[in-house]
Amino acid sequence: MADLSTTFLGIKSPNPFWLASAPPTDKAYNVERAFEAGWGGVVWKTLGEEGPPVVNVNGPRYGAIFGPDRRLMGLNNIELITDRSLEINLQEMTEVKKRWPDRVIIASIMVPCEEEAWKAILPRVEATGVDGIELNFGCPHGMSERGMGAAVGQVPEYIQMVTEWCKKYYSKPVIVKLTPNITDVRYPARAAKAGGADAVSLINTINSIVSVDLDNFAPVPTIDGKGSHGGYCGPAVKPIAMNMVAEIARDPETAGLPISGIGGINTWRDAAEFISLGCGNVQVCTAAMTYGFKIVQEMISGLSEWMDEKGYESIDDFMGLATPNVTDWKNLNLNYVTKAKIDQDLCISCGRCHIACEDTSHQAITNMVDGLRKFEVIDEECVGCNLCVNVCPVDSCITMEQISGVDPRTKKEIDPNYANWTTHPNNPSAVTEPAE
Amino acid sequence: MSEADFATRDIRNGRLDQIDYESNFEDLHAPLTRHEAMVEAERCYFCYDAPCMTACPTSIDIPLFIREIAADNPSGSAKTILNQNILGGMCARVCPTETLCEEVCVREEAEGKPVKIGQLQRYATDHLFETAKEHPFKRAASTGKRVAIVGAGPAGLSCAHRLAMHGHDVTIFEARAKAGGLNEHGIAAYKTTHNFAQLEVDFVLGIGGIEIKNNQALGRDISVAQLRDEYDAVFIGVGLGNTNNLGLDGEDNDGCLDAVDYIEELRQTDDLSSLPVGRDVVVIGGGMTAIDIAIQTKLLGAENVTIAYRRGQEAMNASLYEQELAQTHGVVIRHWLQPKALISNDQNQITGIELEYTKQTDGKLEGTGEIIKLEADQVFKAIGQKFDSSILTDAGIELEARLIKITEDGKTSLAKVWAGGDCVAGGEDLTVESVEDGKVAAESIHAFLTR
Repeated sequence: MADLSTTFLGIKSPNPFWLASAPPTDKAYNVERAFEAGWGGVVWKTLGEEGPPVVNVNGPRYGAIFGPDRRLMGLNNIELITDRSLEINLQEMTEVKKRWPDRVIIASIMVPCEEEAWKAILPRVEATGVDGIELNFGCPHGMSERGMGAAVGQVPEYIQMVTEWCKKYYSKPVIVKLTPNITDVRYPARAAKAGGADAVSLINTINSIVSVDLDNFAPVPTIDGKGSHGGYCGPAVKPIAMNMVAEIARDPETAGLPISGIGGINTWRDAAEFISLGCGNVQVCTAAMTYGFKIVQEMISGLSEWMDEKGYESIDDFMGLATPNVTDWKNLNLNYVTKAKIDQDLCISCGRCHIACEDTSHQAITNMVDGLRKFEVIDEECVGCNLCVNVCPVDSCITMEQISGVDPRTKKEIDPNYANWTTHPNNPSAVTEPAE
Repeated sequence: MSEADFATRDIRNGRLDQIDYESNFEDLHAPLTRHEAMVEAERCYFCYDAPCMTACPTSIDIPLFIREIAADNPSGSAKTILNQNILGGMCARVCPTETLCEEVCVREEAEGKPVKIGQLQRYATDHLFETAKEHPFKRAASTGKRVAIVGAGPAGLSCAHRLAMHGHDVTIFEARAKAGGLNEHGIAAYKTTHNFAQLEVDFVLGIGGIEIKNNQALGRDISVAQLRDEYDAVFIGVGLGNTNNLGLDGEDNDGCLDAVDYIEELRQTDDLSSLPVGRDVVVIGGGMTAIDIAIQTKLLGAENVTIAYRRGQEAMNASLYEQELAQTHGVVIRHWLQPKALISNDQNQITGIELEYTKQTDGKLEGTGEIIKLEADQVFKAIGQKFDSSILTDAGIELEARLIKITEDGKTSLAKVWAGGDCVAGGEDLTVESVEDGKVAAESIHAFLTR
């Protein structure tokens, strides 16, 4: 039986599944229900500074895009940080931590970008006994208009400055939560590290307009005829999040910086992928908001079964195994030649591979053979692009097979040796030895 | 054979409570809700050169209309359907989709569960009928040409609509008091509820330029020669006017009935409880009519309904789906039995039937000599219909297998005369084939009139 427990920044958790700072972690009631369901930890919904709490809109806060059968694929929200008083939140955090000593509570914080504000709140958070803090430099809506959230996360110098204050006034681990609403995520990650951050977590939500109501021409969610961009999350953002995680994991300047992975994690498999890219744990929100806290049971069971099957005894055993395999395009082996292969026994003759290839790619799949409806790959035309695999509705019906010898398309012998663009004759800057 | 062999004859109307008549003759399949339709539509793979489309006699662009449903555009979807098949609403209800589009659906191949194409087609067309403010097709400028159509059934209506769309003026001569043909008079009631056949006729006529003259029978009130003289072109879509007989003694006795006539009565009545039905019913035949009469007599309250078919199950013209539909309604289907003698009492009333077992030897069907007797208050004949060629009154139209011979584009051997539907040679006498015949002939007539 695989051991799912993790020690992230010295903080022990029975499993790598934490709930991200968001509505599911806004108060003791929800958090305790999450712990009862089996979540290893929570990042408590973001605290603001002392004083009158923020106010939320009183109309709809969420919008969504759907797959078939209204399967929620992407969610967007315009909710702000906690709208409950700081005092109540701190009190509840203290009590819940006492009742659940084996679970993790991290306090998410967002106060103005002034040293005094951080100096004021950090000792109070420290007094609750929670395990660490996460700096919310990511919220893309509302708070960013007031110079907080993503407005800080988009300026590396501010990230470093605030992180330094936190390390100065708080003794436990400091996690910096990054916004994806930037062009190169490595810069804010480097700034967090320079400021002394113990870890980064990412991604926060993505600026988004999830849909437009065509009856009144306003963005959804619509508040009295108007809408504001919201923060996008859910299964649809996972690819974006994983790329950003990988960018940081393989950046020599931040290599080794612990990462808490966030973004569209919906099943154990998503979590395993994030961990394989270098995350020490993962945070989940939309999946819980869609299905309730019970989903963690599937995540625990799925990850455990897979680890047993693969012979991984602990999370550390496979953490980061995919990181070295993420590389730049220029390093990809141009002598690796593949052709699509259609398993005629599995083929149901829908013709999607043919029309996708015929209309939009390389005219490499037949639709008729000897007067019969039949779909076969024409190796002389196939560039091995994988589009047919992706549009085929049948799992494993079309596969990409590596070939050797003469490539029927180029009529040239395939060089069995690795060679990439850096040495390719068509590259004006070609060198004699490959870069990697 | 004496009546003493069987229990007292029991044939009467009003066997059920009124509420049971209503529920028994409700929709066979409840229409899909919007959400059900959207979910089902998402199952379609939008195949290239889709097998379903090839299997459809009217070549409806099925992947496109389903994608339009999935994209929440049911009106556009309905137009895609009606563009190929103006009676797409009825065909959605009565097509044997299990032997047409759904049989070849790639998901049938993949998992034995085809996309519910028929029900999706109904969803789209129902939506258009309920919401459209105007007819979805516009008439072309008038050509001044006049076309006579004989028969206001699926073939005639389809032909009329297409011709009207092209700007020709159409007059339909219909023998019955109501238009619709078998849609109105023959299809099982639970397949076309709430007077849908007439709603659809009204919809077809909504394009304008079509006039229907009722109670005008070919060979009685009008003749081919007369129509050829008075009109620029003629289309004959009269269907099959006659039914086959058993050729047994007592066929005229009380209780030996023609299934087609009884179904017509059932379809036209305002009060199902007025229809007399036996406690024991035997149906002779193996086609759709046999299934339809068997199920409907059961729904009217018959206790024991048996279909006797002279060959094996695989030879039945009714699809497997229809056979199972009958069986789930409690109808017993017996094979390899042919009618041998009708049993009547001394008041010339049917009380039973003698059936002889059959076998097939070298492709030839023969009786084995073994006889069984079934009690029957009613014996329904559902052994096929035939074309009454006498109505053509020697106009010089060539026949083929006792049906009107036509070319690929619906031309008969007589100039200016086209034909289609059940009265022409070829095909399986499906509604959807008649619609296609009418459409194809209309295009040919249009080409002829504008040559």
